[in-house]
Amino acid sequence: MTEAVLKPQDYQAIEKHIAAFQSMPGALIPLLHAIQDDIGYVPELAYPLISKALSLSVAEVHGVVTFYHHFRTHQPGRHILQVCLAESCQAMGSDALEAHIKKKLGVEFHETTADGAITLEPIYCLGNCACSPSVMINEEVYGRVDNKKIDQLISDLKSAS
Amino acid sequence: MSIKIFVPIDSTALSLGANEVAEAILKEAQARKLDIQIIRNSSRGLFWLETLVEVETPQGRIGFGPVNPNDVKSLFDADFINSGKHPLALGIVAEIDWLKKQERLTFARMGITEPTNIDQYMAHDGFQGLKNALNLKPEAIVETVTASGLRGRGGAAFPTGIKWKTVLDTKATQKYIVCNADEGDSGTYSDRMIMEGDPFVLIEGMIIAGLAVGATQGYIYLRSEYPHALKTLNEAIHQATKAGYLGEDILKSGKAFHLEVRRAAGAYICGEETSLLESLEGKRGLVRFKPPLPAIEGLFGKPTVVNNVISLATVPIILAKGAKYYQDFGMGKSRGTLPIQLAGNLKRTGLIEKAFGITLRELLYDFGGGSLSGKPIKAVQVGGPLGAYLPESQFDTPLDYEKFSEIWAVLGHGGIVAFDETVNMAKMARYAFDFCAIESCGKCTPCRIGSTRGVEVIDHIMQGHDVKKHIALIRDLSDTMLNGSLCALGGMTPYPVLSALNHFPKDFGVDAKEPKA
Repeated sequence: MTEAVLKPQDYQAIEKHIAAFQSMPGALIPLLHAIQDDIGYVPELAYPLISKALSLSVAEVHGVVTFYHHFRTHQPGRHILQVCLAESCQAMGSDALEAHIKKKLGVEFHETTADGAITLEPIYCLGNCACSPSVMINEEVYGRVDNKKIDQLISDLKSAS
Repeated sequence: MSIKIFVPIDSTALSLGANEVAEAILKEAQARKLDIQIIRNSSRGLFWLETLVEVETPQGRIGFGPVNPNDVKSLFDADFINSGKHPLALGIVAEIDWLKKQERLTFARMGITEPTNIDQYMAHDGFQGLKNALNLKPEAIVETVTASGLRGRGGAAFPTGIKWKTVLDTKATQKYIVCNADEGDSGTYSDRMIMEGDPFVLIEGMIIAGLAVGATQGYIYLRSEYPHALKTLNEAIHQATKAGYLGEDILKSGKAFHLEVRRAAGAYICGEETSLLESLEGKRGLVRFKPPLPAIEGLFGKPTVVNNVISLATVPIILAKGAKYYQDFGMGKSRGTLPIQLAGNLKRTGLIEKAFGITLRELLYDFGGGSLSGKPIKAVQVGGPLGAYLPESQFDTPLDYEKFSEIWAVLGHGGIVAFDETVNMAKMARYAFDFCAIESCGKCTPCRIGSTRGVEVIDHIMQGHDVKKHIALIRDLSDTMLNGSLCALGGMTPYPVLSALNHFPKDFGVDAKEPKA
């Protein structure tokens, strides 16, 4: 799936962010955030550019990208649906919710629906434990989610995309 | 005069539709040509009542909740803005028993003010602690915090003043204040509430910490799962800088303090302080060996205070009202108050700030109202994913660091997750190992390998394979992890595992309590 070269617009975006963060102490993680926020993921083809700018080895950049669950190295779907699997949500039925969502979307965690609309990911705690179970969709949290509510949210996403 | 209507902007309120409620109120008021003003306040933390809409009256704010967007029309029909009767009416919010029985010190402004309105912060006693601190020598600030008895609210409960003293006494060209806002424990949300609801109190606490130890740069290491907190903090830092509280010359005192938010990237281990520092330096979040302590060699090798959000946000009231005021709350060596977070299967979940000493039973039943499902509460996990599971027989334990330690449990960050009788505790023990395997930084073997072996062994137990032999293995493995891990992730995963096994042996397929290894 990895492309041979970066798209010109992605290359420009990455170079722009490198220039903005290069002189910051401990710049690597803020830089990776900026790249992912902008183009949706951190392409492996960006590693040599980042490593050169921050005087790191490509292995070090790779090591950091892959250590943190938040960073992804492939373009995700148009929407990201994250299901909380932590204890409070388990106490309120997140197991059943997880199974329902996987069945409905026809994907497992870390996969994207065939139409490219939704990437499904697990997450461990959204700080919404007073109103479990919770999911996050594109950085918005939804609480007390049941099958009916998630069906509605998924259908909204499909029609929005 | 327009009538003021308050609709919270906290994430949990938003997760239940607070924005839609606010929109519906505005639309309905316009249609009826009513003169109202919508104010987006922080949340009171009475989350079972969200969206909690409040109307300002001469008698105080009157509450209505939980309000859904489709309730709004009937609220207007009942003339709720003029104290009309409605089934969702709750009376004066400050008089609601659940709130009135609390001792809100750190959370004094919660639900009352607009999060990023600095004038309101000042009008509600904000920056009083900082003003006092500016008139004190660093040693005197540290002494006040030490005398208050404040202990690290992130979970480790180390005396905050002693940590500060070490940094103060270490000579260096640069020192740092790092706020650990990587609130990863399930069942906790008090840090999030402060950052989204009263960000200036955290900023004030960090400035005071900077003055106390001689640090001029602060970082808030914020988990990436909190996008609203990120926006609110950045806006509050901007406001505080504009008003002269942050920058090169704090309130013309000649002292400097700069503050920046850094986003984490979804690694639970980065809540461990040395792993957090590695991450701030732009590296993989591998746990460091201690010593050296971060107070001596911390961020970029410089002396660094690493404190949790609640610890830092509690400093302003200590400096404003004095060490004795804070010290007078609590029991034993647990002084002051603890923001307790009720979560999981409970009727009335939310934020309860109380002096140490309240029992679990009072919290679960008097405040929590028992389980939401109506089934008996079987177990509660206190203190996040590394906290022990407690059975009903331990519900009379008072919340106190030492009392919890006596029953081989921890208070941690004050999160309480309740489970009803449908929970299978072997499954929860398996989850504890699984979570450790997912989140282990990989540096030490007991945690990296032990967690995966733990999942496998519990799978055998759950399938009924040679149960007694595998239980002995679990105890042996837990002993290795407890004593051989570098940090609390591997070192405390046995707490949920063994407490589940010891208190709920039936779920593991054994009748009586197995003798401990």
